[in-house]
Amino acid sequence: MRAAERAEAERLFARFQAAGALPVDADILLPADTLLDLYGEDIRARAYVTSDPLEGEMMLRPDFTVPVVQMHMAHGAEPARYTYLGEVFRRQDHLGARAREYLQVGYEVFARDTPEDADAEVFALFAEVLAPLRLRAATGDIGILMAAVHGLTTSERRRAALLRHIWRPRRFRALVDRFGGRRPQPESRARLIEMLAGTPADDLIAAAGPAIGLREAAEVAARATALIEDAATPLLSAAEVDILEDVLTLRDTAPHALGHLRDVAVDLPSIAPAVDRFARRLDALSRRGIDVGSLDFEASHGRTTLEYYDGFVFSFHVEGRADLPPVASGGRYDALTRVLGQGRSIPAVGGVIRPGLVAALTEGRA
Amino acid sequence: MSLKIGVPSKGRLMEKTFEWFGARGVEIRRAGSEREYSARVDGADGVQAVLLSAGEIPRELAAGRIHLGVTGSDLVREKLADWEDQVAELAALGFGFADLVIAVPAFWIDVDTLDDLDAAASAFRAAHGHRLRIATKYHRLVRDFLRDNGVADYQLVDSQGATEGTVKNLTAEAIADITSSGETLRANHLKILSDGLIHRSEATLFAARAADWSNGAHPALEALLATLRIDMPERL
Repeated sequence: MRAAERAEAERLFARFQAAGALPVDADILLPADTLLDLYGEDIRARAYVTSDPLEGEMMLRPDFTVPVVQMHMAHGAEPARYTYLGEVFRRQDHLGARAREYLQVGYEVFARDTPEDADAEVFALFAEVLAPLRLRAATGDIGILMAAVHGLTTSERRRAALLRHIWRPRRFRALVDRFGGRRPQPESRARLIEMLAGTPADDLIAAAGPAIGLREAAEVAARATALIEDAATPLLSAAEVDILEDVLTLRDTAPHALGHLRDVAVDLPSIAPAVDRFARRLDALSRRGIDVGSLDFEASHGRTTLEYYDGFVFSFHVEGRADLPPVASGGRYDALTRVLGQGRSIPAVGGVIRPGLVAALTEGRA
Repeated sequence: MSLKIGVPSKGRLMEKTFEWFGARGVEIRRAGSEREYSARVDGADGVQAVLLSAGEIPRELAAGRIHLGVTGSDLVREKLADWEDQVAELAALGFGFADLVIAVPAFWIDVDTLDDLDAAASAFRAAHGHRLRIATKYHRLVRDFLRDNGVADYQLVDSQGATEGTVKNLTAEAIADITSSGETLRANHLKILSDGLIHRSEATLFAARAADWSNGAHPALEALLATLRIDMPERL
């Protein structure tokens, strides 16, 4: 098995280099801080954490994206194409057969111009190398969801709260329900607002207990003020909630989805630029030989992955085999380069393939 | 081959466990000196008691080195991945109650729910440059709970004791810990979030799915459960 996985990985690695990508490597032991700050505490449930007496907490590489972005931001020339091959390690918190250690082969494009063409380049390359397996491809676009939130008629604070939770569908839903008045605000919130109407926040804070810890009384008072403002914010209109719902649940073939989103953009103009990007991406995919007429588009695709994709997202999976992980997945992560670039950023898109799964499927063993 | 049952090796948990079995006709007694961790069992044939630290009983159950074990339901959920696949809950014993809760400083008048905690964590991270720290020793339970409730921008910091003091000592902004009356929390100027109950723990008798149930262990279990008037669990 390992020999077949390795051989398949080398084949993909060579193909990606032939496509113009520079082969790069990354450490297996990565500083945990960066990954934790980026992904949050949830990554601990998915990655192996170990500790070094001098360096502190280290993580066994859960994916290559972060080290490759860091390497590019530190000394990469533009535009750049990279490919890598190596083990990734995924802690399994549930009993079962999911792999804890497997090879990944990736392809990443860092380029400022024509981002839709870069999206299409990555997708078409993956479609080509995976073609013999007859996989089902699914695509989405987190950028359209974000643009829809930006267009909501509500306070900046509420828009920011929704954007922050795009990747946590349940919390996002709860916020939409509350902002739209479908769910009442918590009783304690109503009580607090009532008390703040009669007593200054500072007095309530002082009466509640001594100010202990790093979070200061001024921060508590600032949020109390924000809560008063928030309580006065009008509800999201039912029409806007419906439009948002409509966008979130959109599933269709790409051309139909595009047509539908063009209609939605009449009522929610904020999504128009993102819809134009979607249209340009479909054109670019067509030029590269992808049959976009049968390509699946799901607006919410990629919302439950590790949260860094903020544009085009895609995956290739075996139809009817929900027990198997995707054979390949990827997407655009412009914001991640800004977070890791310390003030600099560059549009980036890429994806990974699991050669072990490719080999197993090729031999009919999966 | 006998049926091995792991019971807590000291303190009130041990005494209450002995009482619970005693009241149902099974006498468990420490054998030998106070310092010796072995026990005698009367009233149940083929049953052998092993005195263990309550914190180690989940691991011993998972490994199948003991057939049965008495420990807190919080410890089993914290220490065992997919605990229901590894052990079966035979009976809640009616003592050792404790709530695992999330608590924040009482003067945080703006925080009463997980929704508030999430919003406060976001603002805290923007102001202080690091994620809001929650001190706990229940990493799995707290992380799963916060993930299921969509709380972000927090980090767990390990605290194996005196967790209530971490906020005052500036090593955490909030805590997740076991409380029975809430007295210690109040004394440390902390309050429990209204929807911050993670788990209501109770001393519980568990059976190990991985234990060797051949060689007479299964009949011994059936006899013991009949004496204790407990139903036989499914698929063991």
